[in-house]
Amino acid sequence: MIRRIVLYVGDPANSKTLKKLGYLSLVLVFVADFFVHRDHAIYIWDKIPGWGAFYGFVSCALIILVSKFLGHQGGIMQDEDYYND
Amino acid sequence: MTDWFHPSLLFIFGAAGIPFLSGKVRQGYLMVIPLLAVACVYSMTPGTYWTTTFLGTELTFGAADKLSIVFGWVFTIMSFIGIVYALHVEDRGQHVAAFLYVGGSIGVTFAGDFFTLFIFWELMAFASVYLVFARRVKASIDAGYRYILVHLFGGVCLLGGIVLHYMSTKSIGVGPLDQDGSLGFYLILVGVLFNAAVPPFHAWLTDAYPEGTVTGSVFMSAFTTKTAVYVLVRVFPGTELLVWMGTIMALYGVVYAVLENDSRRLLAYHIISQVGYMVAGVGIGTDLSLNGSVSHAFAHIFYKGLLFMGAGAVIMMTGRSKLTELGGVYRTMPLTLVLYMIGGFAISAFPLFSGFVTKSMVVSGAAHDHRPLVALLLTMASAGTFLHTGLKLPYYMFFGKDSGLEAKEPPTNMLIAMGMAAFLCIGIGVLPGPLYALLPFPVDYHPYTGDHVTSALGILLFTGLGFFMLLKKLDPEPTISIDTDWVYRKGSRVFMWLAKVPVAGTDTVVGDIYKTIICRFTLSFSQFLARVFDLRGIDGMVNGVAAFFIELAGNLRGTASGLVRNYAATMLVGGVVILGYYLFAHLMSL
Repeated sequence: MIRRIVLYVGDPANSKTLKKLGYLSLVLVFVADFFVHRDHAIYIWDKIPGWGAFYGFVSCALIILVSKFLGHQGGIMQDEDYYND
Repeated sequence: MTDWFHPSLLFIFGAAGIPFLSGKVRQGYLMVIPLLAVACVYSMTPGTYWTTTFLGTELTFGAADKLSIVFGWVFTIMSFIGIVYALHVEDRGQHVAAFLYVGGSIGVTFAGDFFTLFIFWELMAFASVYLVFARRVKASIDAGYRYILVHLFGGVCLLGGIVLHYMSTKSIGVGPLDQDGSLGFYLILVGVLFNAAVPPFHAWLTDAYPEGTVTGSVFMSAFTTKTAVYVLVRVFPGTELLVWMGTIMALYGVVYAVLENDSRRLLAYHIISQVGYMVAGVGIGTDLSLNGSVSHAFAHIFYKGLLFMGAGAVIMMTGRSKLTELGGVYRTMPLTLVLYMIGGFAISAFPLFSGFVTKSMVVSGAAHDHRPLVALLLTMASAGTFLHTGLKLPYYMFFGKDSGLEAKEPPTNMLIAMGMAAFLCIGIGVLPGPLYALLPFPVDYHPYTGDHVTSALGILLFTGLGFFMLLKKLDPEPTISIDTDWVYRKGSRVFMWLAKVPVAGTDTVVGDIYKTIICRFTLSFSQFLARVFDLRGIDGMVNGVAAFFIELAGNLRGTASGLVRNYAATMLVGGVVILGYYLFAHLMSL
């Protein structure tokens, strides 16, 4: 059973269906955030519906772009034989 | 003696039996010892046991309270999972090293004084380095030497701090230190931060863990840093510096994980990121955040072990560790993929997985302690965690472009070990109650509130959206990343250059001066001594004495005529002289 699910997910033919499922779950999570109680909110952003979605997306983009910038421009990434001369 | 037994003794003395066993007997033996240790912890009640006086100092081997017992639980359970994963390994040295390593870790956990703690601390370093050496390739040997040197340096810092602390307080007990800013305080802190892999003292971890054996690195991922977290919770709660070190650490690991191409090195950077949460929790120092640190360490050991087991299985079955060379193995390793993903969901803190109920305690701890920036940055790091461990690594390792590798599922024992860890990752997430009951402080925390679940899912799923939108940017590149190990990897060359050029050069010059000036002077002076003093002085004196005796003997020879009457006359004269002397003396005394 596990094998079949994994093969289904990996098959490029099903990527359209999976994409649709992915978008559906994004919408569901985003909408659900408008309908929950926020009794425990401490900070202002905790009270904004959809904050998690926004912050998650921004964090992800920021992490990728800043890291790659530091890696390429900041000289962190080097050839694999950097230490073997 | 009977009401408490030290679990470390099982491992340390148990290790001695391993070389004499083989086959099924050894496999059974390897599993029984950790199970006995789990039973030890199960039967433990808080108290102080096994104290002894050594050189006038009281040593405590069994300081058991809720904090040490919860770490005792996780260390013993993980040792069982780790050893099941390694059952197929024939190299007995690795099993011995793993047992000693676990024994050291548990020894630190129950040490009641700094001296005992230090001894077990060093045992960990020396036992674990064998798990790197045992891979027996040049890269591993090199990394192993760097690993042990860094740990020795950290150990010396720790020992120096302990000595200073003892000299100023006359106390050696392990407990919260006075935050007096003394040198001893900072030396102990730095010694522990080395093992907790807090930047800039962290590079040994990402250097050595990916070079260890497939099974050895599973042990390493679990014990060294988490033992250090235990000591931080015990000794440094509420140290403000740690809040920021931990927060930076959580993001630091994430940034490097973006750039990393080696699968296990990527996971190693996420150890640093995750331990960052624990360090920050210690720094915040409230009951909630300390509980968060402890519970996160507990959950972390299982999911990180699981991730290392999954990546290790792929490395073992394909012989490759670089993401640029992997891809498409989902077809032949579906079970490994699913088990790995459970670890990936747990570390990413998906609801119903272990990370969700533990990591959020630290973040809430920061929020409740009025540290909004810390809470925001730690949340950002958790987006990065899912990005790499849950998306990037599995995508490029199992899916992505097909590398055409013909891999199989790993041996059954490895799958069973991964299954056990996966079971715990889900079990803790679904039913956090038993773990919460073990924590050092009473728990009044409910992770499954509506807004927490939806906002966590929002963060994670929209991170996923960002991942697929920026996928092209994330394609792994065949590079390595420069980290603080540069200081001693390239810096050692500066040292060698210094040794070669200025130091050795000066040595040559000094040698020349010595040869030309000092040697010549010494030689001519000794020649003077030889010619004048020795020849004329000493030899002359000896010769003179000899010549005197020769002459004396020649003169005496004339008296020895051989005629009896001469001898008799001489004796007679002698006798008269002696008699005369006594007579004269007698007369004078009258």
